[in-house]
Amino acid sequence: MGKIEWAMWANEQALAAGLIYATGGIVGVAGQFRGWQFAAFGIAAGVFVCLLEYPRSKRAKGTSVERTGQYCFTVCVKAFGPLTRNYYFRAFLHAALCVPGGFMLATVLGSVCLAIASLIYLSAAIHGEHWEPILPRTEPPKRVGESIKEPPQNPPPRPPPELRRKKVDNLETAAYDNPMSVTINE
Amino acid sequence: MGGCSRVRNTAAVGLCHGCVFYVTLLPVLPPLQATVLIQSSPGLLGVLWISLRATWDSSPAGLHNDQTTRERQWRRSTLRYQRGHRAEFVRRRVSKAQLKLNIMGNFAANEGLSIFVILVWLGINVFLFVHFYMAFLFDRYYYTRVILGHALSWARAPAACLNFNCMLILLPVCRNLLSFLRGSIQHCSRTAARQLDRNITFHKLVAYMIAFHTAIHIIAHLFNFERFMDSQLMINSSSLPYVLSQIGNNDNRSYLNPIRSNETNPTIVMFTSIAGLTGVVITLALILIITSSMEVIRRSYFEVFWFTHHLFIVFFIGLVLHGAGCIVRGQTIESEKVHNPIECHSQFETWGQNGTNCPEPVFAGNPPMTWKWVVGPMFLYVCERLVRFYRSQQKVVITKVVMHPSKTLELQMKKKGFKMEVGQYVFIQCPSISQLEWHPFTLTSAPEEDHLSVHIRIVGDWTQAIYTACGGDKTVVLDAWTLPKMAVDGPFGTASEDVFRYEVVMLVGAGIGVTPFASVLKSVWYKHVQENKNVFTKKIYFYWLCPETQAFEWFADLLQSLERQMTEKNMSDFLSYNIYLTRWKDAEAAHLRVQYEAEDDPITGLKQKTRYGKPNWENEFSAIATQHPGSKVGVFLCGPTALATALGKQCHSHTESGAEFIFNKENF
Repeated sequence: MGKIEWAMWANEQALAAGLIYATGGIVGVAGQFRGWQFAAFGIAAGVFVCLLEYPRSKRAKGTSVERTGQYCFTVCVKAFGPLTRNYYFRAFLHAALCVPGGFMLATVLGSVCLAIASLIYLSAAIHGEHWEPILPRTEPPKRVGESIKEPPQNPPPRPPPELRRKKVDNLETAAYDNPMSVTINE
Repeated sequence: MGGCSRVRNTAAVGLCHGCVFYVTLLPVLPPLQATVLIQSSPGLLGVLWISLRATWDSSPAGLHNDQTTRERQWRRSTLRYQRGHRAEFVRRRVSKAQLKLNIMGNFAANEGLSIFVILVWLGINVFLFVHFYMAFLFDRYYYTRVILGHALSWARAPAACLNFNCMLILLPVCRNLLSFLRGSIQHCSRTAARQLDRNITFHKLVAYMIAFHTAIHIIAHLFNFERFMDSQLMINSSSLPYVLSQIGNNDNRSYLNPIRSNETNPTIVMFTSIAGLTGVVITLALILIITSSMEVIRRSYFEVFWFTHHLFIVFFIGLVLHGAGCIVRGQTIESEKVHNPIECHSQFETWGQNGTNCPEPVFAGNPPMTWKWVVGPMFLYVCERLVRFYRSQQKVVITKVVMHPSKTLELQMKKKGFKMEVGQYVFIQCPSISQLEWHPFTLTSAPEEDHLSVHIRIVGDWTQAIYTACGGDKTVVLDAWTLPKMAVDGPFGTASEDVFRYEVVMLVGAGIGVTPFASVLKSVWYKHVQENKNVFTKKIYFYWLCPETQAFEWFADLLQSLERQMTEKNMSDFLSYNIYLTRWKDAEAAHLRVQYEAEDDPITGLKQKTRYGKPNWENEFSAIATQHPGSKVGVFLCGPTALATALGKQCHSHTESGAEFIFNKENF
């Protein structure tokens, strides 16, 4: 399917899966279902996955759209270096996190969604994608144009304009072009 | 994809407005306040915000966040309590109130119908929710509720809403059906016809509602499964739930508890029952559809979105089969006659024994209902796909291919019996590239021409393939029979004939958004010149905002030929166009400075010079207002939302001074 960056879709799917995992976990714990320990794990795993997936990666081609307020998450995720950059690792991490959810009904859905996200991440990793943080661009300091090396320090060696203004009848004796249009004395 | 990005009035506001309905319901249905509030709290805030804004807007002393220069001046002038100024104050105050009424009237006319539709839709949802919630509070389900509590009702009520919404979701995407409806409605009311242009917005709203109800339904069923399991595990014959769960152990037909043994767990039961398995499958399909429909994915990787969306077939099949197991069970009618749950529930230890008047209750499941809701729309959708297929088989011949240097391909085609109007769009398919992909493009030809033409910008796989197939990379002229076969479906969209209803028209296009205006300009020209009709439109102001020069070329050709023809007919001041180059490089700027004195514009070759940067709308609107006092000026935009907001504000602020600016943002 063309130039799809699988990681973009895997990211959306994993974020949704994290939310569903966490919600299933909350229901399991709040309702005190049997096997609520799995539900508690589901909440923790779901929240962790949401935090990990919230910052979008920078796209290889095209403009990347940030999620609101993702900058602090980007910084945290970036701090883990190659662990978060590599999508193989992410795929295996999601696969590992989704296994305990299969043991309890409330978290089964989140678990399956996370497994699908893991598969899409695997596909992304096979296609050679990796996670890039979206950082704000630092503007290069405004530089004056190349032709101006240094502004002049001294004023030009000319009398001020009032004296330079030539009379109309004396125009032919002007030695240089007038900086202002020549007019009859105002 | 190429083609105009259509600016729609995407009213997520619609949901907010609908909650006025909820607020009036609150005193009537006290036990369900929780439901109502949950469904309405985000929307309630929206309603409050919008109504507050409307009230503030109408009071002159209100605090505005977006004060225009005129308003500030007006306020400053009110501080000077001199006689002359006070009279002016009174005069302007009256006209400002009148203006607000006009705006609200305009707003009501444009938005009223869609708000009404959304309110009716939300109202039906609420009604279904409440009705089915109550339906499971009858005695028939008394014993079911002994085990499940109110979670039964909480599961069945959203199920009814899901039936309703799944019925609705297929309808807005039957675009041929909608075209047919639009054709019939257009004669009665153009506003109504234009609502049909918002079909995708409605589709998305219904999808959000489906997701919301699915969540409630699943959570309620999680509790149901848990409670059913619990009652099987109470191996203690002196509890009613356990006794109830043992009913039907002999014949396996009259049971209440779908979990039949205590050696299983809810997860296994879910995967081995029809309802559970289909439930998981359709929820997964729904989640995959939703995640691939996120704006980021949809705009960048349309194919992923489109192919994953076809999981809706799995969704609907699973939905119809979901109730086949009859898992929701209540007492049969015959059993209710002999066994009254209210009287007999306390004597559960002696049911069916000699001497009691409470025989064992008998339970049965409800037959599946969903198919009754969705079979109609499914049939309509199948018809829609058949129509699209039939149309794709109609012969379409490419008569001319023009390669514009700016990576824009113009295709001129002929199709028998094709009728279009200005501003409409078509879907184009090329079977040799992909059997499944249909891509929308705005038509750039006028209805008066004998062919249909589209300008395709080459941005993705499919457009690149079209370019190659039409000989884009070859320099020799291709024979007509070597060009690929095409299929055209359409035209769709409400015609923008409103353009011809105004004496003075302002057309604003941003980037590729200028495409529908090509059709408009050509059509106006044809009407004026060739058919000698008395055209109402006397003056067109055309603004084109473009980020780079390459995008100019194909449209510049059109403008050049129009310019030439206008000069021949002595109508040079009919069309006044302003092209704004919003981004340029330093090297280009140097070249342009040198060419400043040339007669024709160095970029476009047109007589009217290209301007740089963004237009100063304040000045433009004031100039037009002074040029055409007392007339109605129609403002049409095809471009980004930010520009729509800016133009809308300008229209409001300049409408006082004689000319009335009417902003049409529905059309494109």
